[in-house]
Amino acid sequence: MSVELDVFVGNTTIMDKEVYQLWLNGYTVNDAVTLRIEGGVMEECEVLLSDTMDQYRTFQMCERLLHHPAKLANQLLFQIPPDRQAMLIERYYAFDDLFVREVLGKKLSKGTKKDLDDVSSKTGVMLKSCRRQFDNFKRVFKVVEELKGPLVENIRQHFLLPDQLARDYAAIVFFANNRFETGKKKLLYLTFQDFAFCAGQLINNWTLGAVDNMMEDMDVDLDKEFLQDLKDLKILITDKDLLDQHKSLVCTALRGKTNVLNEMEANFKNLSRGLVNIAAKLINAKDVRDFFIDLVEKFIEPCRSDKWTSVDVNLYLTHYTNSAHILDTFKHHSVWTRYMGVIKSCILKMYHE
Amino acid sequence: MPGKLKAKIVAGRHLPVMDRASDLTDAFVEVKFGNVTFKTDVYPKSLNPQWNSEWFKFEVDDEDLQDEPLQITVLDHDTYSANDAIGKVYIDIDPLLCSEAATVISGWLPIYDTIHGIRGEINVLVKVDLFNDLNRFRQSSCGVKFFCTTSIPRCYRAVMIHGFVEELVVNEDPEYQWIDRIRTPRASNEARQRLIFLMSGELQRKIGLKVLEMGGNAVVGYLQCFDLEGESGLVVRAIGTACTLEKISTLPATATLPSNSSPSKDIKEPVFGEEGPGVPLSSGPPTPLRAQTFSSFSPSKSYSRQSSSSDTELSLTPKTGMGSGGSAGKEAGPLKALLRQQTQSALEQREYPFFTLTSFPPGFLLHLGGVVSARSVKLLDRIHNPDEPETRDAWWEEIRQEIKSHTKALGCHAVVGYSESTSICEEVCILSASGTAAILSSRFMQDGPLETDHRLSRQPLVFSTGSERVDGDMGSTASLGFEEMVPPGCEFCHIPYDELNIPFPAQLTYCCCCRRYKVPDVLFTTIDLPTEANITGKGCLIQARLCRTKKKAQGEGNAMAISNLLPFLEYELHTQLMNKLKLRGMNALFGLRIQISVGETMLLGLASATGVYLTALPSPGGIQVSGKTPSDITYEQHISNMQKKINDTIAKNKEVYEINPPEVVEEIIGSPIPEPRQRSRLFRSHSESSDEVSEIDLSHGKKDAFVLEIDDTDAVEDIHALLTDSPTPAGFYSCNTEIMPGIQNWTSAIQMFTSVRVFRLNNVNLTNQGLNKVFSDLCENLLKSLYFKLRSLVPCCLCHLNFTVAIPEDELIQVAVTAVAMSFDKELTLENGKQSGDKSLKKENDEQLQFNLELNAEMSSSNLSSPKGLTEVGSHPSAKASSLEKASPLPEGRSRSLRSNRSYSGSSVAVVRMTPLSFIPGAKIIKYLGIINMFFIRETTSLKEEGGVSGFLHTFIAEVFAMVRAHVAALGGNAVVSYSMKECVFMENPNKNQAQCLINVSGDAVIFVRESEVEAASVHPQSAATQTSNGEGT
Repeated sequence: MSVELDVFVGNTTIMDKEVYQLWLNGYTVNDAVTLRIEGGVMEECEVLLSDTMDQYRTFQMCERLLHHPAKLANQLLFQIPPDRQAMLIERYYAFDDLFVREVLGKKLSKGTKKDLDDVSSKTGVMLKSCRRQFDNFKRVFKVVEELKGPLVENIRQHFLLPDQLARDYAAIVFFANNRFETGKKKLLYLTFQDFAFCAGQLINNWTLGAVDNMMEDMDVDLDKEFLQDLKDLKILITDKDLLDQHKSLVCTALRGKTNVLNEMEANFKNLSRGLVNIAAKLINAKDVRDFFIDLVEKFIEPCRSDKWTSVDVNLYLTHYTNSAHILDTFKHHSVWTRYMGVIKSCILKMYHE
Repeated sequence: MPGKLKAKIVAGRHLPVMDRASDLTDAFVEVKFGNVTFKTDVYPKSLNPQWNSEWFKFEVDDEDLQDEPLQITVLDHDTYSANDAIGKVYIDIDPLLCSEAATVISGWLPIYDTIHGIRGEINVLVKVDLFNDLNRFRQSSCGVKFFCTTSIPRCYRAVMIHGFVEELVVNEDPEYQWIDRIRTPRASNEARQRLIFLMSGELQRKIGLKVLEMGGNAVVGYLQCFDLEGESGLVVRAIGTACTLEKISTLPATATLPSNSSPSKDIKEPVFGEEGPGVPLSSGPPTPLRAQTFSSFSPSKSYSRQSSSSDTELSLTPKTGMGSGGSAGKEAGPLKALLRQQTQSALEQREYPFFTLTSFPPGFLLHLGGVVSARSVKLLDRIHNPDEPETRDAWWEEIRQEIKSHTKALGCHAVVGYSESTSICEEVCILSASGTAAILSSRFMQDGPLETDHRLSRQPLVFSTGSERVDGDMGSTASLGFEEMVPPGCEFCHIPYDELNIPFPAQLTYCCCCRRYKVPDVLFTTIDLPTEANITGKGCLIQARLCRTKKKAQGEGNAMAISNLLPFLEYELHTQLMNKLKLRGMNALFGLRIQISVGETMLLGLASATGVYLTALPSPGGIQVSGKTPSDITYEQHISNMQKKINDTIAKNKEVYEINPPEVVEEIIGSPIPEPRQRSRLFRSHSESSDEVSEIDLSHGKKDAFVLEIDDTDAVEDIHALLTDSPTPAGFYSCNTEIMPGIQNWTSAIQMFTSVRVFRLNNVNLTNQGLNKVFSDLCENLLKSLYFKLRSLVPCCLCHLNFTVAIPEDELIQVAVTAVAMSFDKELTLENGKQSGDKSLKKENDEQLQFNLELNAEMSSSNLSSPKGLTEVGSHPSAKASSLEKASPLPEGRSRSLRSNRSYSGSSVAVVRMTPLSFIPGAKIIKYLGIINMFFIRETTSLKEEGGVSGFLHTFIAEVFAMVRAHVAALGGNAVVSYSMKECVFMENPNKNQAQCLINVSGDAVIFVRESEVEAASVHPQSAATQTSNGEGT
């Protein structure tokens, strides 16, 4: 004796948030039932099984709509209240920070997808869920790749995502497009949110969209002209006078404000060289990829070994940036501001004491 | 040329990819009506084509307008091979033919394919220009309004209720024609869908003609059914109640109405033809025309393959003399007990004094006799001549006659809550009819409109039902003071039959309300609880379930075996109902529906009803268990344990359902039957069995009804069944009637649903008891699942829980449920002012959202259809898919936490409510747009890929809902009331990876507005609020 067929269809589609989450997390029906029993919703296995299967079916049917969230709003098959629709979309596109940290900056290709089982066992995120998240990244990437205009806004409009989530996706797309290296051992201490913040900075300040009023090109590529101009900053380290002048200006300004003044003074040339060299090399795509590792190696690590506090770093970078403008032979003020603004906020975000 | 049908194809969206190479589609549309076909241009390479066609005009007879659907086919153009069909849309244009209903059909409709399901949507505009036709002998009946609702529709007033109308049409089933062997499944399905559309159109037209002849302008309680008789054909039959309705024009035209609804029209619509509300007709002498129609039920000829034995034929002889309308008057004998000669004579004019309505205007229903039912087993034979469906007519004729005679035996002159059904297995068909014998007031059957405002008379009743304690007092004051004027809500319980000449043994007492008239101890009915009824506590769903094995047999032997089993089945169902009713401490059943389903090796019986405690009826006694072998001590103990359990359950149930009737001194007065036996009002028989069987005493014969003798294995089972019914979880109530007796303060949250389960009995050698248990568990588990699913709506009530059982195959049991969950406010406050204030505030918020939504839908759709919208879409070929979405205003400031009004406007599909009830809580229906009657077939040859049988059916039901909603929205409506799924035939062949399903649904498309809006607009908000809320509560 067995139940051959068992369906429940509501005029307003009934969806349980809890079951939806279990489905998204990649649990099988049976596992989900076990979890629900443990959760204490209901003891009767039969009832839960029937309900869970029903909901899973509904989600599966909705899934193809969720791939194009705008369709969810004007499809006729399911009558879902708008707040529910928003919930469905938001949760479908939500991702695990642990997982995204693994694929951040990697090419969203079939090859990467094949390696997802390793990622799954490493992060503890179920393979099914990994695949969903990966496909989401890829889908968003493909859609916005061909669109004009601001990246975050495009993502928000096309996938009807809440602002924060859209920003995160923008970061993922941006990282994937520029193939930033994030997986090196030295970078492992950084969280996805650290990177997402940096990506936001880069998108807002260093892309073509940032200056060109978002008309022509898109937000995903760095502004080539700007990168070209960055080479001019080299004068700050190649011109000996300028370097010394810069150092004395900074140190004078810092006097009495920090406990690590000596270390700052001793390291000034090294640090300055590091930052300016990063700027000068950014014109090469390969060096762009190493942007974050360079920041860590050339700046963050030296500071950390000298036990600078975040306040110290902030103070140092502020004066370092401002003092350059006082140098009489230094002419590249706007490039310098545009460069250092991002560098400063990125370093501060990445500087974990 | 009395009509011009105009159709315009605007656009398509979400079309499937038909050309793999380009991932696009070259779509065009064929618009067909009758034999005329128009085509749009091909819109190349797009999944969202913008045809924006000219108006296609069809000049047709109104007869065709009624019969034919408009057929829209979307195809993919192929230069080299045949064009591929994407799918079809059938549009029933009937709603456009009635001036009071919809005026235009406009909107996105799903494109449906019987193999692939919904494949995109198409935006169409359809209009009809009708020219007045005054031809008296016309064959069309445009303008007659149809309602599925089984009460007087909310924005109408009954001027006159004429009575029963019925019709059936038969045809060959395309699925069984020879050509089916060579055509594709798709072609065969489409032929079937189209045929059924045509047949329902024809049926509706014919019923409409009958209504016009009776002088009515509407059919209420329209019930249309299909009998898929397989080889022997396809029968579409319908019954209904002809009425003359008048629109209530109290509603002020407000600006807040959805723009589709034109401001409320004049009361007196020019309905084509001669009849007007003031012209009395039905009681007049039969005109020649009238005689002509009724001749279609020609006297039943003696039919050779009837499965009845010869003595049955004899018992039927009086009926063969009947049949034409003229002789009905003679047949009806004088009613002894009754005073109301007028009503009587009015009713006697009718061939069948039957009413498909289940609730009535107050004062219409005078007394209720009890349930009358009749069943008959027939052997199906091929229908030779579709134009003369005589045999089927004759079968129903017999059954109706039987119902009529039962009614008379109960001292009643009418049947209310009347319905008919069939169950078919191979060549055997069980026809069933049931209703409630009643005595009606003549008010609605005489000339001239009813002048009293029944809303006023309803007002005090709501209060009395709320407070149980007062009931007794209320009753007595009423009986002292103005008994003739205001009935204390007990009148309908008073026996209609002669006390000295009771048709069956019964225990009578004086009415507990008025103490003047006799009432029975229990009352079974098929109708909804009358609004004026005094009840104590709350009601609940009561089900009796039964399964009986049957030997496999063929032909007449099979029919005989079935008809021999039927009486026992009914008897046991009745016993179960009675026991369960007692166990809940209640004394009356409403909405009783007994369904008997036949399979090859078993019979299923399912009786559902809503139990209540009628204050007027005496308090029910308990249930006593007794053993026959008192010597054994352990045995005694066992019995006393059981007795204790039963007593506890009764006590607990009384608490749960709040049944604490006022203590009455039990005075059993002058009952002519000395022994205190419990009696039923269930009167039923089988035309196949002899007359003695039909007289079977359904009460428990010689033993006391509620003494269950434990020696009897059946009794053990009964007790077991009684006690294993799991109680409804806290916060839930359930009933199968329109509303739950005892609950009034509904919120606007409703959730309609359909659930289907199929159970396979792998173990072939099951005993009756085993089968019973399986079946009972199946129903119980289904209910449990429903309660669990809907737990978020608590406190809530599942209303109109309508179970349908079927035996699709040997060893398979199918149960389908359609119902609505409605939540209510827990506090039963009677301070109307405060409560309605609170509520209206809440509702207003709610409504604003709703309204925004609709506005948006309209905005975006107008964007699309306006030329500006079109060019916008055309100008970005690269982003075509997205530009559609861009057309709808997207909220800008969306953030994670923001779930307020702004994010709501993201949706561009108007919300359509669906409910099996005739009303929407907290809202007022301002316009009926027409009947929705849709039939779909879905087939698959890739069952596994579609998620197995469950996945397949899940999708299909969701698609059916979607199509219903889309068609309602296209008519300009925002809800379907009185929705029902009348057929769900599911067949599977897992070995071949195939499945097929047929679904038939119906309902009334309406426009409703929230009460808060009505209040805001009306001059006396307070009085309007109380009035309407009373209306909702009933």
